Amino acid sequence: MTTEGGSEAEVKKEPEKSPEEQQEEQQSDPSESAPNAGTEPQPAPDNQENVEAEPAEAEPASPDPTSTPSPSGQKKEKGISRFLPPWLKRQKSHSQAEPKDSPAPSDTPTQPPTQEEVGTGQEEEGTRGEGTAVQSPGATQEVESREEEPEEEAVKAENSVIGTETQPVKEEKEGDLEEEVQQQEEQKGEEQADSAGVSPLKVGKKMKLVVCHVTLLDGSQFPCEVEKRAKGQYLFSKVCEHLNLLEKDYFGLSFKDNADQKCWLDPTKEIKRQIRNSQWQFAFNVKFYPPDPSQLMEDITRYLLCLQLRQDISSGRLPCSFVTHALLGSYTLQAELGDHDPDEHRLDYISDFQFAPTQTKELEVKVAELHKSHKGMTPAQADIQFLENAKKLSMYGVDLHHAKDSEGVDIMLGVCANGLLIYKDRLRINRFAWPKILKISYKRCNFYIKIRPGEAEQFESTVGFKLPNHRAAKRVWKVCVEHHTFFRLTSPEQPAKSKFLTLGSKFRYSGRTQAQTRQASALIHRPPPYFQRTSSKRSSRSLDGAPAVSVSDHAHLLDSAHTLGAGDNGRDSALELSSDSKSPQVEEGAEPGEGAASAVPAEPALERKLRVQGENIYVRHSNLMLEDLDKTQEEVLKHQASISELKRSFMEAAPEPRANQWDKRLTGSPATSLRQLAQGSLEEELASLFLSKACFSVLADARSTAASPPESALSAVSEKSPTRLESALSDSRDLSKSTEDEQSSGLNGQLEVVEVVEETVVIEEVIKAARSKNSISEGPAADATATERAPEAKDERSASSDSESEEEAEYHPQLSVSTDSAHLIREDPEEEEQEVELNRDTTPTNQEQHPIREDVTAEPASAAVQREEQTVAQQHEEEESGDKVLVIPDKAPNGHSHDRETPPTLCTEEEEPCVVNGDTSHVDGERAPQVICCSEPPVVKTEMVTISDTFAAQKTEITTKEVPIVHTETKTITYEAAQQDGNGDGEPGVLMTAHTITSESLCTTTTTHITKTLKGGLSETRIEKRIVITGDSDIDHDEALAQAIKEAKEQHPDMSVTRVVVHKETELADEDE
Amino acid sequence: MASVCPYGAFTHAIVRGIPESFGKPAEGGEAIETDMARAQRQFGVLMGALRQKVGLQLMEIPADAEFPESWRIEDVAVIQGDTALITRPFKEQRRAEAEALRQVLSELNMNVVEMGVEEGGSGGATLEGSDVLFTGKEFFVGISKHTNHRGAEVLADTFRDFAVSTVPVCGGSRLKNICSMGGPETIIFSNSEGAKKTLRMMEQLTDNHYDVLSVPETVAANCVYVRSPAKVDFLLHPTVDECPDSIAVFQKLPDYTLLPTACSEASKLGGALSSFCLLINRKFNYF
Repeated sequence: MTTEGGSEAEVKKEPEKSPEEQQEEQQSDPSESAPNAGTEPQPAPDNQENVEAEPAEAEPASPDPTSTPSPSGQKKEKGISRFLPPWLKRQKSHSQAEPKDSPAPSDTPTQPPTQEEVGTGQEEEGTRGEGTAVQSPGATQEVESREEEPEEEAVKAENSVIGTETQPVKEEKEGDLEEEVQQQEEQKGEEQADSAGVSPLKVGKKMKLVVCHVTLLDGSQFPCEVEKRAKGQYLFSKVCEHLNLLEKDYFGLSFKDNADQKCWLDPTKEIKRQIRNSQWQFAFNVKFYPPDPSQLMEDITRYLLCLQLRQDISSGRLPCSFVTHALLGSYTLQAELGDHDPDEHRLDYISDFQFAPTQTKELEVKVAELHKSHKGMTPAQADIQFLENAKKLSMYGVDLHHAKDSEGVDIMLGVCANGLLIYKDRLRINRFAWPKILKISYKRCNFYIKIRPGEAEQFESTVGFKLPNHRAAKRVWKVCVEHHTFFRLTSPEQPAKSKFLTLGSKFRYSGRTQAQTRQASALIHRPPPYFQRTSSKRSSRSLDGAPAVSVSDHAHLLDSAHTLGAGDNGRDSALELSSDSKSPQVEEGAEPGEGAASAVPAEPALERKLRVQGENIYVRHSNLMLEDLDKTQEEVLKHQASISELKRSFMEAAPEPRANQWDKRLTGSPATSLRQLAQGSLEEELASLFLSKACFSVLADARSTAASPPESALSAVSEKSPTRLESALSDSRDLSKSTEDEQSSGLNGQLEVVEVVEETVVIEEVIKAARSKNSISEGPAADATATERAPEAKDERSASSDSESEEEAEYHPQLSVSTDSAHLIREDPEEEEQEVELNRDTTPTNQEQHPIREDVTAEPASAAVQREEQTVAQQHEEEESGDKVLVIPDKAPNGHSHDRETPPTLCTEEEEPCVVNGDTSHVDGERAPQVICCSEPPVVKTEMVTISDTFAAQKTEITTKEVPIVHTETKTITYEAAQQDGNGDGEPGVLMTAHTITSESLCTTTTTHITKTLKGGLSETRIEKRIVITGDSDIDHDEALAQAIKEAKEQHPDMSVTRVVVHKETELADEDE
Repeated sequence: MASVCPYGAFTHAIVRGIPESFGKPAEGGEAIETDMARAQRQFGVLMGALRQKVGLQLMEIPADAEFPESWRIEDVAVIQGDTALITRPFKEQRRAEAEALRQVLSELNMNVVEMGVEEGGSGGATLEGSDVLFTGKEFFVGISKHTNHRGAEVLADTFRDFAVSTVPVCGGSRLKNICSMGGPETIIFSNSEGAKKTLRMMEQLTDNHYDVLSVPETVAANCVYVRSPAKVDFLLHPTVDECPDSIAVFQKLPDYTLLPTACSEASKLGGALSSFCLLINRKFNYF
């Protein structure tokens, strides 16, 4: 979870980017831009506190996790913690808590909650002897008791922090996360208990045991007893434990199914169910080939990767040229035999190794020759060299699947870190980078990818491939889902909530993403484990009597120092980071096009719907989605020359997108993670429905009241007079506001602030928190969406895995759902434009916010203008309204006057509306006339420009390098019934009752807020529904929205829909090239 | 990869003289009017630039009147690292042109792979070097009337370390007519519509980043880039007369030594600067 500070910071950064640069980035590498975004090391002062706070929050939520410790995980932890001084241990536990926990179900068994770690480490003496499987109950208890300490500290920290406005929010969010995690774990625990499969205590007692044979990468067999109903995770963690492997997320267990196809063992499911009637025979393999192996933390991980690659090469799966065979072979020799020894190593020593599918004498000679030149290289160094060369091979990490294209031509589908490659024979004939892919699905034996439309194209296209059978189709689909999630998302996507009529597999990758695993491995600080390099891939002739060559890693001592150092660094940063598993790479998933695409259909649908109802609607449109702004932005660029320079240097510095950025990320300042967390979701749609019922004859009045909340929701905050707002109301307000705040926040990082200012600071906090945890600060009513959503989603996930159907499934790679996407700050291209004006301050950190607020307060009027993160900017806008922003009359002055002004009307006119989004403008076009006809208030088209970023300029502390490159689209559309309006009301009206109901269904979370107001002797009931639709970009949204509206109407037939606000947030990822 | 080093570090160039039959159609088609003397002059200038200015070791294969197109030596081999793939040109009679080349290659200790030997020979594989763009990181093979998929497959099989992508050739008869390397990570591209189409395809297919230098005249899209051992960037490009509008674009290249080199006669026959030479790096190192 993120702190607001984090998110804001993100936003601010964005503007810096000049279009050019964006382009460059895109060209250079799709993935590149994304990772960057997360990276900023911005020191977040609060982090520490947050971190401490987490455990506290978590604890109350669920004490369970401790009670179901997984033996394997603990053992490992012990290993690490053993070497730490106690104070380190504690810290570590804090920091680690998130990464460990969050990985979710799959990890749970292996990864005991962090708190345990502390205990475990300390208790280690006692437990150590116990062997792998069983942990003594005593130890567990100890652990728990130990936990108390940090917890208490956390509480203190929390208290101390609470004074600050923003702080609570963060805590809440984090707490939220924790809770989720905890819940998951609880669930897990229960499941485990039920099945008894994973429960360590029961192993070996009641349950039937089965011996699994796992073939390790060095060719050896590892027999492992597991309980018959154990899940994949259990076995996997046993194997990793055996290997002493910590960076295990790159690996997996595979087995051959009945058709002799290689399948990955799903850690979250029972082994037995997966292998069906096959043997309990598995192979330990690399599942995700890290694009830059030098980023791996430990030598042992690299060693295992080397072993896998040697296997791949000698088997021919990874083709390479003669020269490369020779070179890689020579490194293999150096790693396994050490320096070439002319006495000992006659030529035939080489024959024991297999370097190539077909090994010639010539090759061996060449290998030997090269081997001599590696003198002095340690095994670890040789491995690194090996990997550096191997990673450049074009087929490195490409998982190939046979298929036919639509014309029946035999092709190969290659799934890799960057996307999907299409090969015909050895030729690459097409490539779909992840950002290009909107949806992956399979149906029977067909596998489909939906492609984002290109620049020139209007519509997305779907490409279909025919797989040999439906299992193969599913396998490809799964691999795609997993690779996309692992390499491109920050955190695993939650399985979508059940939608209407959703059939098929809900499978999602539930392990850690690469971003997460990197974060986690940054925390590794154990002395490099000792391991033996056995000669790995020998040709068959070596079987008899070949000397067992093993070279202990001499390097490791030498390296250890280095490693330790690295570890320390990593740890530090990690500690500060609230190492949330979810954080780092949100950016990646974001796709520019997507938002636009999905948005388009949605709008029309909505309109239609509304129109059908026969209501007058006027659309107030603020459009934040700008896809092709490049040209216009160039001007902006000039202004930002310095910024862009910095960025450029950054880009140059990081030619290889992923790795470098990750590096930076890892080493980045603590703030980074928080910020990143904020971005959890790539795309989110918010829709608010306001139903208002007028009980009185005076419609107008009622109207006004009804209208007001919505207004507040939108930019119109100013309209609400502070006085009128009563604390009581604040609740309801909050709801609406929170929605809107979120919207606004999405739009312009600081909108919320503005609104809040008028009322109370407290509220603001709430609002910010609202998503994740309103309940805490706000009160039960307010909360809703986020909190509930998240846990549920997870629940579903665990449940869903079983429910998948073999027949078909869909996966929308783009969206990553995160609970509080609302706070994500989006970077819009447009932002940049404004940036020039606005650049003043975006407050990335919370502290900064304060000043801003003050400013805001100073001029309530401007608040309405909104959406400018920067007050300054706002002022500018007002002044300049002519060119950029049209300020509607009401907005400014009337901070207090309620209606009369059509709040929604005020608009900011953006410079190039048309250019920006055809759809939007189009919509406007249609609507605008209507609006004008029906409603008195002139409607001005608004394009809101969000300036999220800015951050760069002001924040000196933030390294430019870390500036995240995230593009986000935010779109807000308001449909408002034309009101007879006028309402006049200066009269505030008295709030009679207010209550909130939250319900969830489908993919939506509906928060219903009912307020009764007494105004001028008339009572008005106003129902506000906030519907949060999270998830896919596609049509689902429209449907869901339409459905929601319909339902709302059905539920309250006597009421009319007065306003629909659609707020859509999409995070853009750079298209590659 | 041993062989992966930035594009452009060449040490040798193999060229082949202009035969007397220059301009005569190989197969009795219509002759195009060319100025042989001028062609030879231009060829001489090119050789001089490569040898004296750029500092490459030049190996010249004598012209053979029997092969009117033998000056297009680029077509008959694709060389990367220490491996040379002798191609199988589309025109039957051109396939013998490689004979003289083989000797030179073996003198250079190149690992020579014969496309004809591969099963592609019988499988109808055709490939001409002017349809192959090697960027230092990967190959693009233009599918044209001279080059087919089979040929590209053989190439992919020969240079296994690299991704080999096939792209349609639009806006020119050969891939190298519309694009060429202008630096280690720079591709010079014609900005004609067809070329853009090819460019888009390349962009979609690649994992790597390239800067694209877009030139207004198609003829300017074929240049020869060499990074000399002294680390100087040389770009041989058509002269002002041939591409008046593109010169300014070339001048944008930072710190480049531009060597305007005429090839107007070759252009008449569909050739270009790169057609004249095979560039080789014999000093590649493994580490």
